[in-house]
Amino acid sequence: MFKSEAASWFRIYEMFQFNSFHMYGIIGSALALGVLMIQIIKRYKIKSAYGELIVIPDKAMSFSRYAYGGIIFGLGWGLAGACPGPIFTLIGAGFYPILVVLVFAILGTWVYGLIAKKLPH
Amino acid sequence: MEWIFNPWPWYIGGPMIALIMFLLLYFGKNFGMSSNLRTFCTICGAGKSNEFFNFDWKTQQWNLMVSAGAIIGGALAAHFLSTDSSVAIHPDTITKLQDLNINSAGVSYLPEELFSMQALMQPKVLLILSIGGFLVGFGARYAGGCTSGHAISGLSNLQLVSLYTVIGFFIGGLFMNHLLLPYIL
Repeated sequence: MFKSEAASWFRIYEMFQFNSFHMYGIIGSALALGVLMIQIIKRYKIKSAYGELIVIPDKAMSFSRYAYGGIIFGLGWGLAGACPGPIFTLIGAGFYPILVVLVFAILGTWVYGLIAKKLPH
Repeated sequence: MEWIFNPWPWYIGGPMIALIMFLLLYFGKNFGMSSNLRTFCTICGAGKSNEFFNFDWKTQQWNLMVSAGAIIGGALAAHFLSTDSSVAIHPDTITKLQDLNINSAGVSYLPEELFSMQALMQPKVLLILSIGGFLVGFGARYAGGCTSGHAISGLSNLQLVSLYTVIGFFIGGLFMNHLLLPYIL
């Protein structure tokens, strides 16, 4: 994450400016391989390390929670320039102000849990 | 060996992410980083007052290990595997950021105007980081996943709802980037 610069605020900014293929290349190539892997897993019924069939749970069907949640997440992603994975990478890299982002991300998750029942899902 | 110390191109980073997803699936898990934020809430005792956080967090230990791995990976990459960590973003983007007073564009890994200890003393910067973090945490759980859970895992599994979510990510991100950030920075 660090070395491919996906944890850089600048790369996220640049991605939303559509000025570089870099981030789209990362997400796109991960996705292309991911689709291929999951199709192979399903078609050939690949077993996990524990000998069980690999089952990938489907996400619950709905529209509003994904649209609203997605937009809210996107606003935060565009502002803080980090999604949950890279937050951890940046802590390790020694950018300690990212701890503020982490603490508030945990707080945001907690507030969601508190008011989840009142939100449209 | 030179290539290790240079920034890695997208065709290395992307497939490595897919490989992580495969390894997690192979060991009977799912790839999703934002679930850890919920686990932290539970560890801090949020389960006592709210059923959303009332689960056995020990079942999520493997995922905590993934985030611990990300921290260690970040430390190794930054301290031992990089000679120059400046990010060579597009010259137009650099000019645009300089107009917004982000002068560390193209020079550093993260904008020093936002992520240095010195900048943290400014209330505005503190507010940017806290609001950004809050929205990320709230939005990820509302949508049931973040970039790893939806854009990688969900879309790889051809989940239509993940497509809605990723479109949402971009609506929010583009709105912030083009319409709000120019006034915020």
